[in-house]
Amino acid sequence: MAAIYSLYIINKSGGLIFYKDYGSAGRMDTNDSLRLASLWHSMHAISQQLSPTLGCSGIELLEADTFDLHCFQSLTGTKFFVVCEPGTQHMEGLLKVIYELYTDYVLKNPFYEMEMPIRCELFDINLSQAVQKDRVALLGR
Amino acid sequence: MQFFGGSEISPLPPLPTASGNNAHMMYVFNRNGVCLLYREWNRPLRTLNAQQDHKLMFGLLFSLKSLTAKMDPTSVEKGNLGVPQLPGQGCSFHSFRTNTYKLSFMESPSGIKIILVTHPGTGDLRESLKYIYNLYVEYVVKNPLYSPGTPFRSELFDKALDQYVRGLG
Repeated sequence: MAAIYSLYIINKSGGLIFYKDYGSAGRMDTNDSLRLASLWHSMHAISQQLSPTLGCSGIELLEADTFDLHCFQSLTGTKFFVVCEPGTQHMEGLLKVIYELYTDYVLKNPFYEMEMPIRCELFDINLSQAVQKDRVALLGR
Repeated sequence: MQFFGGSEISPLPPLPTASGNNAHMMYVFNRNGVCLLYREWNRPLRTLNAQQDHKLMFGLLFSLKSLTAKMDPTSVEKGNLGVPQLPGQGCSFHSFRTNTYKLSFMESPSGIKIILVTHPGTGDLRESLKYIYNLYVEYVVKNPLYSPGTPFRSELFDKALDQYVRGLG
């Protein structure tokens, strides 16, 4: 079972509101993760402009030499993306599950301010359970 | 790497599985971002004029490359985001997919970038891009009248390319 390297959540204006690392090599500091998130936001938007046909909704999967990046954009423009080993399966399913956790534990939290960084304990707990390898494998069924 | 070795085009093109034309367009850029070739087969939607479109495409690839180089989770020393990288240096990417198209990308050691935009369901096109690169070497680079780094028009190349791309599965 392949590994997940990191998870990003960015709000509709490209600001990073959640970042979690699950063991990539080399430290990425806060500024770097913020820059990467907003860069991804722009690349996602540009990819829609370059589409040869109508109705493009941005990059869903980027295949790099050493990793895959799966991205899911919700209807409100919040983007979730995971960086994982090349060829990892069931990532679309995992992103949907993470979106569900986000709506349940973040959006329904009365103390959470929209578009602001996520600091919700319950979200963290449930997320770490969802990302566990054996659970991801179950999504395929 | 095999694609800048052998002088002849491999007799058997890698994949064609004869399922009709699902390629949308193709770009070739040199290392300075000059669009050497743009060819389209099926593009119903055009949002920009040709020149702006080429610039935007090159910018997208350039930025995606700096993104992947910085994001690379397997290397420890990655430098800063946006630091200039030579072709082949740092972690690059070979394709991305949206709901309406798939873009496959290849960069040669000399910095020639070949971009093929196809139907989103298309499989891995890395070998096909190498084959197209070989066509470029054979029909364009080896043409004594061609001055490197300038946009090219070659009837033979276009013909061979069209024929090959039509067969892409």
